[in-house]
Order: sequence, then C-alpha cells, then structure tokens
Amino acid sequence: MSQGLETFYDVIRRRGVSRRSFLKFCSLTAASLGLGPAAASQMAHAMETKPRIPVIWLHGLECTCCTESFIRSAHPLVSDVLLSMISLDYDDTIMAAAGHQAEAILEETLEAHRGNYILAVEGNPPLAEDGMFCIPGGEPFVNKLKRMASGASAVIAWGSCASWGCVQAAKPNPTQATPIHKVVTDKPVIKVPGCPPIAEVMTGVLTYMLTFDQMPALDRQGRPKMFYSQRIHDKCYRRPHFDAGQFVESWDDDNARKGYCLYKMGCKGPTTYNACSSVQWNDGVSWPIRSGHGCLGCSEEDFWDRGSFYSRLEDIDGFGVEANADEIGMAAAGAVGVGIAAHAAASAVKRVIQKPDSHTRRPHDGSDQA
Amino acid sequence: MSSQYTSQEALKEVDALAAKQQSIYVYEAPVRLWHWVNALAMTVLAVTGYFIAEPLPSTAGEASENYLMGWMRYIHFSAGYVLAIGFLGRIYWAFVGNKHARQIFVLPVWDKDWWKEIVFEAKWYLFLERDPKKYVGHNPLAHLAMFGVFVTGTILMILTGFALYAEGAGQDSLHYALFGWVIVLFGDSMQVHTWHHIGMWVLIIFVMIHVYAAIREDIMSRQTMISTIVNGLRSYKDDRP
Repeated sequence: MSQGLETFYDVIRRRGVSRRSFLKFCSLTAASLGLGPAAASQMAHAMETKPRIPVIWLHGLECTCCTESFIRSAHPLVSDVLLSMISLDYDDTIMAAAGHQAEAILEETLEAHRGNYILAVEGNPPLAEDGMFCIPGGEPFVNKLKRMASGASAVIAWGSCASWGCVQAAKPNPTQATPIHKVVTDKPVIKVPGCPPIAEVMTGVLTYMLTFDQMPALDRQGRPKMFYSQRIHDKCYRRPHFDAGQFVESWDDDNARKGYCLYKMGCKGPTTYNACSSVQWNDGVSWPIRSGHGCLGCSEEDFWDRGSFYSRLEDIDGFGVEANADEIGMAAAGAVGVGIAAHAAASAVKRVIQKPDSHTRRPHDGSDQA
Repeated sequence: MSSQYTSQEALKEVDALAAKQQSIYVYEAPVRLWHWVNALAMTVLAVTGYFIAEPLPSTAGEASENYLMGWMRYIHFSAGYVLAIGFLGRIYWAFVGNKHARQIFVLPVWDKDWWKEIVFEAKWYLFLERDPKKYVGHNPLAHLAMFGVFVTGTILMILTGFALYAEGAGQDSLHYALFGWVIVLFGDSMQVHTWHHIGMWVLIIFVMIHVYAAIREDIMSRQTMISTIVNGLRSYKDDRP
C-alpha cells in the first residue's frame, strides 16, 4: 500500500464493490450514527477524496475479546469497508507480519505519519515493577504505549480494560493495571468501554473519525455520546414490565418465562451506559437481557469490584462481607432505635429520681399550693 | 383542693406568671410551614424511594394495565421537587427572615463558648448534668446536628437525586446540564445510587433522633419544643436564668 495516499473509495472499487453499494453503505452508516440524510453524501465525498488514515492497534493486558468483537462486525459491508477503510498498519494479533518485521512497522508509522495516525489500544499497561508484567516485543507495554501515543492524533481506548481497567485492575490489582487515560494524558482519549464493546459501536466510532476527520462528541466521561448517552434501562424492551412493577422474582419462576423485568435479579441496566438495548449483538440476534439474564454493567467503571452481579446495590467495604447501603442503613437505624428506647427509659428514671424541687417544678404543683 | 382552686384564682396565677415569663417568637410562619412540608416530603421520599430500590411483589396482569413503579417514581420525583424548591425557599428565608432563620445554615465554629455549650449539652444528654439550660433557638448540639447532618444531608440528597433524575431525562436535558457533574464527581451512576441510599438512611436516623429529642426536651427541658414549631413561640417554664 502506498503510504496513506490511496483513498477508501479506490480500495473498495478495486475490491469489486459497486458504487451503488458504496453509497448504500454511506447512507446506512450515516443513519446508524444518527446523522441524517445530508451526512451520507458528505461521507461519500470524504471517502472518495481523503487518503486512508493509518491506524495502529496495540494490545496490552487484555483478552482480545475486543478484536474478536470487532472482526465480527455484523453488516458484512461494514467489516469489509472498515478493514479497507482504515490502513490497519499494525495489529499484532491479526497482522501477517511477525517479530522484528512487525515491530519495524511501528517505528515506520511513527516517523512517516507523525501527528496523523490513530492509536487504538486494546487492554491496558500494568505499571507495577516498571511495567514488567506485560512485555510485548521485548519492551514493557507502558513504554511502547507512551511512545506510540506521542505521535498519534488521537487515542481510542477499546473496551473496559483500556477505558477503566477492567478485571486485571480489580482489587487488589497486583500488577497495578491502569487505564489509558491515566497514562496518556496529553492526547484526546476516546473511551469505548464494554467487555467487549459492541462491534457496530467500534466500527461506528472509527467510521465517524475517518470520514469527518474529527472526534465524535464525547460525554463527560469521555465516551462517544452517539453510543453511550443512554442507559440500557432507558431503551430496554422489558422497561414496560419495570414501570408496571412486574419482576422476575427468582430465576425459575413464571415471571422469568414471561420475560418480566430483571431488576430484582440485580440487573445493572439502570446504571449502565451502553447501546446493547438498541444496537444489540451479533447482527441483532440477541443481547444479555433478551436472553433472560440481567446486565452485568460490563461497560461501567470497576464493574468487577461492585459486589454481586445479582445485586442491585454495590457492596461497601468495611462493613463485613457483602453489605450494601440498605443493609448497613437498616442495621444502623435499628441500632439507633434501640439506643433511643434505652435513652428514653433512662430519662424517665432520671425524672422519677430527681427531687420535686427541680427546675421543671411549676409554682402551682408544689407544696405551696396547699 | 379543686373546690378551693377556682377559675379566678387560676387567672390570678396566670397573670403573675405572665409578668415573669415571656415567649419569644422564634420560628416565623414560613419556617414553620417549610418544616412541615419538608417533613411530609421526606416521608414520601423515603417510602417511595425504598420501594423503588426494593420493589413490592410483582403485579398481575398485562404490563399495559399496571403502572405501579411508574407511579412510585412519579410521586418520588414530585416530592423531590417539593423538597428541593422548599429548601431553596428556606435558604431565601435565611436571608430575609429573623436571625433564628439563619441558624441552621451557619456554624459559629469560631465561638469558644459555643463549643463549651456543645460539651454541656452532650453531658446533659449523657445524664451527667442535673439541670438543662435555656436556649432560644436550637441548642448548640442540635445546631451542630442540624447543620452537619440535616442541611448537609439534604444538599447531598438534592444533588444526587437530581443527578439520577438527569440520567433519565437524558444528556441533552437541562437537568443534566445542571447536575451531570455530580455523576462525574462521584465516579459513575452506581456510586451516585449508593450515596443516595446512604443519604436516605442518614436522614432517617436523623429524623428518629430529631423527633425523640424534641419530645424529650419538651418534657425534660425548661422550654417548649413541639408547640414552638407549631405556633412559633418559645415559652419558658421558669424564670431562673
């Protein structure tokens, strides 16, 4: 590939995609990004004229579920388009090159496209012991990450690992696994959380960045608004059962078969920002709640450390095993109630014992009355 | 005794007492009104809030025929607005009302005597003092609790409550523009939920102690308590200092 000069349109035409299909893709993508009809032609124009943007995809401490999700992007054209649209110069999991040959590409891109390439990071760097817990290509991952981030135009944090830390950062986090935005502080970091993120969300974010040459609008936590501005609960198809007060009370009850709300089973939908309830998974085949299980909240920060997946409230440390705010509160209120009763009894005793010439005595109820 | 204690004699006694005892107008009408509206709102909020977190047993029939959680949340949100607007009104009255209206919002931490009085009141509640003192507004210990638990707790509940409401209202909503920062401050939605629950229990415990202390003081102290929040007047049972 000539370094970034070929346009996306050139590539897909060469691959035999018709112009008609290309335009269809543009309008489809524009619609899925919620951009309206005018954006489709804008998108088509961008793809016809702009050179493909190089993307470097690094892997730190991770399980590759993000890549697995990404390459299964449901709409066939989307996956095809994306893999040709981005010039995925380096991705150590799916690239053909290996060893020194592969690592050389990193340095090449850093020099040739300094300031222009997008750094996509899957997983995160462990900082303990000078980063010795993750050494791809003979070098601590944290060093590699910082070096590649220095020349990137923007950084995408794929998945919950890169965005929040995820399982390897769960307590006690022995390797001190640290999310990307705490290591790369001088570049814009786009968080695309989820374990893994939805394929269409990943491709959607990339498509937006490549066609419009700008960052998608981010929410206050740095997630693209177009996919993370609503909670699972807000768009859940079981929401009417929630509003009606109809819940699955136990996993094997009739309500579970009727598809009632999983709130009482600890569903984290009301606190989880993701697009599962609208985009769904695997080409709209299903998604967790539709398959009858509550949301785990995998795209939320520290979801591993929030107590049971089957409890609505998180556990609070320092109050014994598995105590949540309501259990602690109720116990405290009970203790205070007992205390008040005891205090009231002691007060009554004090009143009885204290001599009648005390302060509360009124002139007319004393002995001078007689 | 009753035969000798005529109504005329009683009147004479009341006159004699009135010469010595005076009532002080402490809680102006807006403060009293706010107190009771707020008490009602808190009760409604605690009950509906608890049942939002721990829903009642499932309703029967079609979802379209039921709206139990919907109503629960609707009442909760409405009461939340009543509480929040009432609280704003109460802050306004702290500026324009009498000096007692300001008391719960300011702690005189610079005042050494105030700290001594807190120790005295603590000892009174621990049965280490035989006789209580007179106070016009809140006694210093109550003052500390009002500010440290009630005012702080109410602010926490208003902020976290409206932040949670903003999540439902959406990121383009005015609520989110005003309260979205709270979610970032606490970390995420789950943390805000947790603090909203903790805040409820703190306020429930506050109310338990508040009601108990008010009744106890009404009986054991040298001044009126319960009638004061009804008619605004603080009366004293004796004329000693």
